[in-house]
Amino acid sequence: MTANAIEVEGVSKRFRLTTERHSSLKERAVRFGRRRPSEELWALRDVSLDVERGQTVGLLGHNGSGKSTLLKCIGGILQPTTGVIRTAGRLASLLELGAGFHPDLTGRENVYLNASILGMSKRDIDARFDDIVGFAELERFIDQQVKHYSSGMYVRLGFAVATNVDPDVLLVDEVLAVGDEAFQRKCLDRVRQFQQEGRTIVFVTHAADLVRQICDRAAVLDHGDLVAWGPPSEAVRVFREHMLAGHPTDDGDGEDGVADHGHDLRIRSVTIEYPEDGRPFVRNGEPLTIRIAYEALQPVDDAVFVFALHGSDGHIVFGQNTWGLGHGLPALEGPGEVSFSIPSVTLLEGTYPLTVGVHSRHGGSVFDWWEQHDHVDVLNVEGNFAWGVADLTVTADVSGIGTKQRTA
Amino acid sequence: MNVVAPRRTVAQSITGIWRYRELLVNLVRKELKVRYKNSSLGFLWSMLNPLMYLVVFYVVFQLVLKAGIPYFPVFLLSGLLAWNLFSSSLAGATGSITGNASLVNKVWFPREILPLAAIGANFVHFLLQGMVLVIALVVFRFDVDWGYAWLVVPALLALLVLTAALAIFLAAANVYARDTQHLLELALLAWIWMTPIIYQWDLQARVLADNGRSPMLTLLNPMTSITLAFQRALYGITTGSDGGRLLPLESSLWYGRNLLIVGLASSVLLVLALRTFARAEGSFSEEL
Repeated sequence: MTANAIEVEGVSKRFRLTTERHSSLKERAVRFGRRRPSEELWALRDVSLDVERGQTVGLLGHNGSGKSTLLKCIGGILQPTTGVIRTAGRLASLLELGAGFHPDLTGRENVYLNASILGMSKRDIDARFDDIVGFAELERFIDQQVKHYSSGMYVRLGFAVATNVDPDVLLVDEVLAVGDEAFQRKCLDRVRQFQQEGRTIVFVTHAADLVRQICDRAAVLDHGDLVAWGPPSEAVRVFREHMLAGHPTDDGDGEDGVADHGHDLRIRSVTIEYPEDGRPFVRNGEPLTIRIAYEALQPVDDAVFVFALHGSDGHIVFGQNTWGLGHGLPALEGPGEVSFSIPSVTLLEGTYPLTVGVHSRHGGSVFDWWEQHDHVDVLNVEGNFAWGVADLTVTADVSGIGTKQRTA
Repeated sequence: MNVVAPRRTVAQSITGIWRYRELLVNLVRKELKVRYKNSSLGFLWSMLNPLMYLVVFYVVFQLVLKAGIPYFPVFLLSGLLAWNLFSSSLAGATGSITGNASLVNKVWFPREILPLAAIGANFVHFLLQGMVLVIALVVFRFDVDWGYAWLVVPALLALLVLTAALAIFLAAANVYARDTQHLLELALLAWIWMTPIIYQWDLQARVLADNGRSPMLTLLNPMTSITLAFQRALYGITTGSDGGRLLPLESSLWYGRNLLIVGLASSVLLVLALRTFARAEGSFSEEL
């Protein structure tokens, strides 16, 4: 066996987008001989990369870049149109938190079922059962039907099973970026533990920060092309250039087709409202409003809207979400708007990339995510000579300065 | 080393299924558990189905139409149980991929497991329903005729291979055309009446003979060969009370040969089905 855990060789994936699905015989018969109105979309174009064993790799890209498609191809859920992917050892992926849980079965029964779907034998599951239940903190509820579980319990149990299948290669999709904080920390701890144990991890994310924190290498995908593959800092730089160059999410909307997390909820536009019309910047101390127009194609009842401002090197300067601000949103349906208002921008002069997104409260899915797709420009008011990021209120006391008495 | 390539070979499909055999068992168990989870009679329900058939067909054929088949319950059950296994497996398998869309979209495992699990669950029902037949055999004091009884084993094997081949094919077809399941219902309805389960084979044979055709043409229906073997092995009465023929007066080898032909043809079908499935599978997750 080679030292590579994953070899992706010239992989392309074509999706046929049909304006309408014709999945009944009658419709097919009626349209027989006529070409279905279909558009071709290459979600991946000739992507090749090798991941060494024990490496942690991030896949960066905007919505519709093909990163989720690539992850699914590595996981074997999608077959590439051309090209081959070879993986060594047992694969587990956190795409599938709780996939295959049956509501009528108990937690215990579902653990066994779910783990065997992930390729574990009964003996392995027996040995790890207590760990799984302990990690999920569900000892008291394990013999209850999972339909009585809260969504948080559901995800915890799913995560516990997925990370206990003892994978050689772990595939992670977005889940790390969202969810309540305790759960997020737990996920990250697990990922770190896996790194120490020398397992290979591939994850898909929008969060450039996370890539820099935990990855050995990173790949950047743009409209199906692999545009960067190398050290994280370099990849993040390329990612950022691509993000800021155009506004890829505007036309990337829904392009990932089946590959992304459903289209239940989409961000339609993001508007930055500067204090004065026709002046595209804000001075420190002035107010700023960020308006997010969305459309819920299906009712979504646990949405959380997020925004974050980044520093010039991509780290997050400030982030907040509707849940954190005390708004448990009611079921969203149809179009609507959410806005974040900052009464006083206490930032110093600079350009702050803006990320907005919407995800489910327990982190099961990211509905839409516009990573650094716009930016907020801040200018210092006249006479403010401070530098850095935070505009702290500061005074200097110079009364204690000793002066040399100069006697002439 | 796992390989994800545009297409899998049949050998890869088979090794994949074998590697995941434990999942197959678990899915069968799940299916059984879920089906009877909230019912008080539980497994008794699966016995009630053949009993109901028994009562209805007994009244219609023996009392109303006077078909003249002695020990009609045993005759009917020996063919009907195999048919039930066949038809409920196909019905279950056809919706197995579409019904598990969330799973298919998220986790990789050999997808053939899903239709096979439908067969597995129905096989368990078949065994349970078989108990009704065994009771009937004991009640009516049937003796075991070992010269023919062994036919049960090859008949069951041929039936399972045939069922698996069709099940795998139908499961894939239903992803692309959802009305496969409705079409199947119609086909099964016609098929059961074309198979000598509720009436005796001789009626079919005579119609063909009257039109100057060979009665052997009935064997073009693979389910006929299988049904006849079950009937000969378990029921075993070849001549009716009115002197009419019920089953072909042939040696056990003749029955065995028919099963062999069905078995071989079904094996070829199974290979083709696995191939078709592997080719179709690549776009499952796009179509679902």
